[in-house]
Amino acid sequence: MTLGLHLAVVAALAALQFVLPAFHHGMLARIMVLAAYAVGYNVLLGYTGLMSLGHAMFFAAGMYGVGLTIQHWGFGIAAASVAGVAGAIVTAGAVGVVTLRTAGPAFLIVTMMLAQAFYLATLYFNTVTFGDQGFILPALEIGIGGRMFSLADPSVKYNVALVVFAVCLLATLWLVRSPVGRVLVALRENDERTRLLGYHTGRYRLVAVIVSGLISGLAGVTYTLLFSYVGSTFAGVLYSIYPLLWTLLGGAGTTLGPLVGTLLMTYAIDVASGITDAYLIVVGAALVLTILWAPAGVVGGIRARWARWLP
Amino acid sequence: MSISRRTFLGAGTVLTLGAQFPGSWTRHAAAQGSPGPIRLGFQVHRTGIGAVYGRWYERTTNAAVKLINGKGGIGGRPIEIVAEDDGTDPKRGAEVVEKLATQHKVDLIFGTLFSHVVIASAPRAGQLKIPYLVVSEGYHVASGKLNRYVFQPGITDVRAQVTAVAPWILKNLGKKVTMIFPDYAFGHDHRDFFSRVATSQGGTISALIPIPPTETSFTKYFPRVPADTEVLYHVMVGPGVLTFVKEMGEHYGSKRPKIFGFVDSLEGVDLASPGLAFLEGTYFWEAFPRYAAANTPAHVKTFRERVGVNDNGASVNDPKDVSTFSHMFGCWETLHVIKAVVEKSGYRKAGEYRGFIETLEGFQSFPEGLEHPQGAKKFNGKLHQVYGHQFISKVEKRRLDVVHRTAIEDSMYPPEGDYTKQPL
Repeated sequence: MTLGLHLAVVAALAALQFVLPAFHHGMLARIMVLAAYAVGYNVLLGYTGLMSLGHAMFFAAGMYGVGLTIQHWGFGIAAASVAGVAGAIVTAGAVGVVTLRTAGPAFLIVTMMLAQAFYLATLYFNTVTFGDQGFILPALEIGIGGRMFSLADPSVKYNVALVVFAVCLLATLWLVRSPVGRVLVALRENDERTRLLGYHTGRYRLVAVIVSGLISGLAGVTYTLLFSYVGSTFAGVLYSIYPLLWTLLGGAGTTLGPLVGTLLMTYAIDVASGITDAYLIVVGAALVLTILWAPAGVVGGIRARWARWLP
Repeated sequence: MSISRRTFLGAGTVLTLGAQFPGSWTRHAAAQGSPGPIRLGFQVHRTGIGAVYGRWYERTTNAAVKLINGKGGIGGRPIEIVAEDDGTDPKRGAEVVEKLATQHKVDLIFGTLFSHVVIASAPRAGQLKIPYLVVSEGYHVASGKLNRYVFQPGITDVRAQVTAVAPWILKNLGKKVTMIFPDYAFGHDHRDFFSRVATSQGGTISALIPIPPTETSFTKYFPRVPADTEVLYHVMVGPGVLTFVKEMGEHYGSKRPKIFGFVDSLEGVDLASPGLAFLEGTYFWEAFPRYAAANTPAHVKTFRERVGVNDNGASVNDPKDVSTFSHMFGCWETLHVIKAVVEKSGYRKAGEYRGFIETLEGFQSFPEGLEHPQGAKKFNGKLHQVYGHQFISKVEKRRLDVVHRTAIEDSMYPPEGDYTKQPL
C-alpha cells in the first residue's frame, strides 16, 4: 500500500504534464527539483533528528561540480553530473566528520558556519566560480536511445525533474524502511538507547549526512542542468533555510512531506507576491499558523489523525 | 490571475486618457483593428537588496508609461505594465520571467537591474524566446555571453563607463592609482577594466585593495594604500559606505590623494548625510547628473518633473527619499526604445519577434531629447548594448557639480561578441 501510494504520486505528477498550462508546467518542474532537495534534507532532519542550517553547501557543491566541469573542462552532461554528485558526497563526508562531534543546537550552528565558509569561498575564488554574478551554461542536450533532446525543451525539463524526484523519493522510501533507516529513526528517538543496543551511532549519523548531501547535491546538479545558471546565491544561508521550511511545512519525517511543503510554499510565495509586496510576511504567518495547528506538518498531521501507516 | 497595482494604474491611465480624449488613440486603435494594449512585463526589485533601485525604477517606469500613453501609446496601442517582484533573487528572477511569459503572456520583458538576477533570468528568456530588455549597467550583455533575446538599449555598461572616465582621471588627477573595491563581481569589473585602460594609457596601478563583502570596518585597509598614490579610486557600495567614507576621513585628515569614486556608492544616499563631509572636493562618475544646474536642458527638467524628482535628485514628496538618478533613467529610455522599435518593425503580437529583434539590432543611434534625456546614444546591434555620454562631477557644498562630459566615442571598446549570428 505504501509503495503503491508513492508510485501513484509519481504517476500523478507524470500525468499532470499533459494537462497543466505552460506556466504551471514549468513551476512544477522546478518544484520537483527543489522537492528532491527537501527530500535530501528530510533524511537528516526528519529521520535522523539532526537539524542543519548548512545544506546549501551540498546543493551548491552539486551545482558547482556540474557547472564548473562543463564551463572550464568541457565535460559532457553525464561526466559533469557524476562530478557534481561526487562533489556533494565529498563535501558531505567532510562536513559530517567535523560536525558530528556536535549535536543539537551546536550541530545547527556548526553546519551554518561551514556553509557560510563555503559561500564565502565561492566569492573569494571568483576567478574560478564567477562569484556572486555567476555564469550561464551553454545549451545542453541529453542523448536517450540514440536521440538527442534539448534540456531547454519544457517536456524534457519536466521529465528529467520527474525522474530525479521519483528516484530520490523512492530511494528515501526504501532507505527509511530498511534496517539502516530503522536505526536512523532510533537515533532520532533516543541516541543513548541506540548506542546501548550496540549500534555505532557515529557511523550511522555519518551515513545519514552523506546520503542527505548526496540527494541535495543531485538536486543541485539537476537544477543547474535544467535552468542553466550557477551562482553563489544558491550557497547562501537562505538556500539552507528553504529546505528546512519546506520540510517543516510538509512534515518532517514523512516521505511525502517535502514534496507537499515545497509545493505549498512555492505557490504561497507566487500567489502572495501578486497580492502584496510584503508576501514574505504572509508566507511567514502561514508557516507560523501551520506549526501552531499542525506541528508535525501537513503530511505529519494527516499521518497522526488518519493514516498512521504513512512512512 | 491577480491584478497588480501596476496593472491597475496602467489600466487606470488608459481609461482616464480615453475618457478625456475620446477622439484620440482609443478610437483610432479600434478603427485600425488594434490587437489591444501592448503588455510589458516589468521584472522589478521591489524587495531584497535592490529594493531602493526598484522603487525608483517603478516610479520612472510609471512616468514614462503615462507620457507615452498620453501621446497615443505605441503604434496606437496603450502600454499596460505587468509588474512582478523578483526579490532581487536569481532563482525567483528566472521564475518571474517564466511567469510573465507563460502566465501573463506579456509581449516583452524589461527592467531588471542586478547582474546576478539578469544572468540567471537570461537563459529562460532565451529558452522561452521572448525579448528581455535589461536596465542593468553590467557588462554581461556586451560580453556576448547571454543570448539573442537579451538587450540593454537604455543604459551604458560598466566597462564603457570606466573606459570613458579613465583618460580624464589620468590627465587631471594623477597617474598613480590605488583602487579600493568590493571583492565581488561589481568590484572586479572595475578592477579589470579600469586597470586595463589605465595601464594602456600611461597610468600605473599602485595597489589593488579588495574589500570582502562582509567587512564592516575599513580602518585596516587604508594603511595598505601606497604613500605615492596620486589617485584613490573607490567603488564601495552598500550600507557600509558611510562608515567607509568616515574612516577614510579619519585616516587621511586634510592630507589626502585626489579621490575619485562611482556614484553607485551613493545612489539613494543624501550627500548631506552626516559622515560624508570628507567627500567635499572629491570627484564622482555619474551617468546622469543628480543635481539640476542652471544649464540643465528643458527635456531633462521635464523628465525630472514627470518622474517627481526635485533639483537635488530627491522625491518632490519627500526630500529625504533620494533617487537612484544615475540608473533609473534607463527604464524611461528603454520604454522609448521599445516604442520606437515596435512602431518601426510593425510588431503586433507575442511570439512574432523576428521583426522586433532584427529591427532593434538595426538601430544605430537614438537622439537626445525627452525620449532619451540622459543624452544621445549609439547602439551596437551586434552586442545588443547602447553607448552614451558619461559625466564627471565634483562634490561642492555637499552637492555634485558636473565638471566634464565625455564623448560617446570615449566609452567604446573593441566588441567581444556578435549576437546576430545566433539563430532566432
